[in-house]
Amino acid sequence: MRIFDPHIHMTSRTTDDYRAMHAAGVRAVVEPSFWLGQPRTSPHSFLDYFDSLLGWEPFRAAQYGIAHHCTIALNPKEANDPRCAPVLDELPRYLVKDQVVAVGEIGYDSMTPAEDTALAAQLQLAADHGLPALVHTPHRDKLAGLRRTLDAVRASALPPERVLVDHLNETTVKEAKDSGCWLGFSVYPDTKMDEERMVTVLRTYGPEQVLVNSAADWGHSDPLKTRRVGDLMLARGFTDDDVDRVLWRNPVAFYGLSGRLDLDVAAPDPTHEGNSVLRGGE
Amino acid sequence: MTHPHPAPATSRTTDPATLYADLVPHLEPPARAWLDRALEEAAAQPGVHGPLAVWELRLAEAGRRCGHAHADTARVLILHAARADTEALGRVYSQGTAAERRAVLHSLPLLVDGPGALPLVEDALRTNDTRLVAAAVGPYAARHLPAHLWRHAVLKCLFTGVPVAGIADLERRALGDAELARMLGDHAAERTAAGRSVPADLNRVLALTDPTATPPARPADHGPHGTEGTEGKES
Repeated sequence: MRIFDPHIHMTSRTTDDYRAMHAAGVRAVVEPSFWLGQPRTSPHSFLDYFDSLLGWEPFRAAQYGIAHHCTIALNPKEANDPRCAPVLDELPRYLVKDQVVAVGEIGYDSMTPAEDTALAAQLQLAADHGLPALVHTPHRDKLAGLRRTLDAVRASALPPERVLVDHLNETTVKEAKDSGCWLGFSVYPDTKMDEERMVTVLRTYGPEQVLVNSAADWGHSDPLKTRRVGDLMLARGFTDDDVDRVLWRNPVAFYGLSGRLDLDVAAPDPTHEGNSVLRGGE
Repeated sequence: MTHPHPAPATSRTTDPATLYADLVPHLEPPARAWLDRALEEAAAQPGVHGPLAVWELRLAEAGRRCGHAHADTARVLILHAARADTEALGRVYSQGTAAERRAVLHSLPLLVDGPGALPLVEDALRTNDTRLVAAAVGPYAARHLPAHLWRHAVLKCLFTGVPVAGIADLERRALGDAELARMLGDHAAERTAAGRSVPADLNRVLALTDPTATPPARPADHGPHGTEGTEGKES
């Protein structure tokens, strides 16, 4: 089973996770930029983070045979902090980088005017840079948040077939599907969505344009949830081809809209010699 | 290129015409057309203009345009065409992905005469990204890196598994370096005390420090700026 986790925050994970993910079949990930738990207070803090997503993290991933791409954006939560919002001016020079395959995560957290502004500006940036957009849907007041999100997408220059709305559930999937956007589901140990519910959603709505992710981060989450969904799909009668479609071909198709997806994970080159991440004190 | 991906072909060869001639047979026609246009643009509009100079945009997108196996060389050629000086190289390094930073490091012997770009080498040597460490120990570091930092760079290669064969001018700089020999000996003792093996590369460098070893001929490919280096072992 080959797996592409289209939404995982590897910055918050250990190298042991990379090893376990590879063993489970994960060969590619996309790491959306998001908040780090501790609020940032300046654009420079974002820039170091973006640089890490374009430098250190792909290096770590490659050592475990996993292709790493990222999405870059000012996240909805921190869009509300006027100390952080100026990072919007820095985004264009990041959005041209080779490994950036979408603008994201953008969207709503508390549905404030500042979030409206940041979302609209970043949907436009996606259109300007030939990139699709990864749109987070809010945890609180989710259905209203989804509707407001879809309104913002419709008002933007970005067509819905270049938008992935994420963190969907039973209450939001139908309207999201009717919009023509790609459909993202984050499978978590306790919240958001679980494997059984995910398989039921797939049976009800079909595997077309559906992406399943672990959204694993610094919270209670599991980077192997993608594999668990694949296993349960097979146990519940889906075919290998269905699993491959949801866990590999759909994310490849969506992020491939960027024209920048490169899934040839460089085998450890002569300078790597198969080393694990070394700390210089090995 | 005759060099295996992603070996730092450009760290050894500093003649852009040769780099270009070696690269283009490996590019698909669209990639070659893109590169030729990028080089023309860079030559016509170097320097800083607008929020993002065209040559800096080309630098960023070289991987997806030329293929990642060829991006290092393409980027070095773009930097050369844009006549990037130390300040420009510092900017694109600090704003670059790891791949762009690697290309900047490879370009240093070609584009920078004096030691002004050493902060970039030192930055790369502070990382644990072996691709950057390997790119940092090229001819520019051989020429300009002070002895203390150079010895630590050698040790870092040993620690992180970067083959010492990739360290430019290793034989010449290691020859008779008693302090490097002491550091290597101490490291070997530490490994042995821990019941761990001593890397073969360590013994190789240690042998090179022997002052009775035959001094290597000074390499001919020291870049277009001559062999002004006086960075001997005690510089």
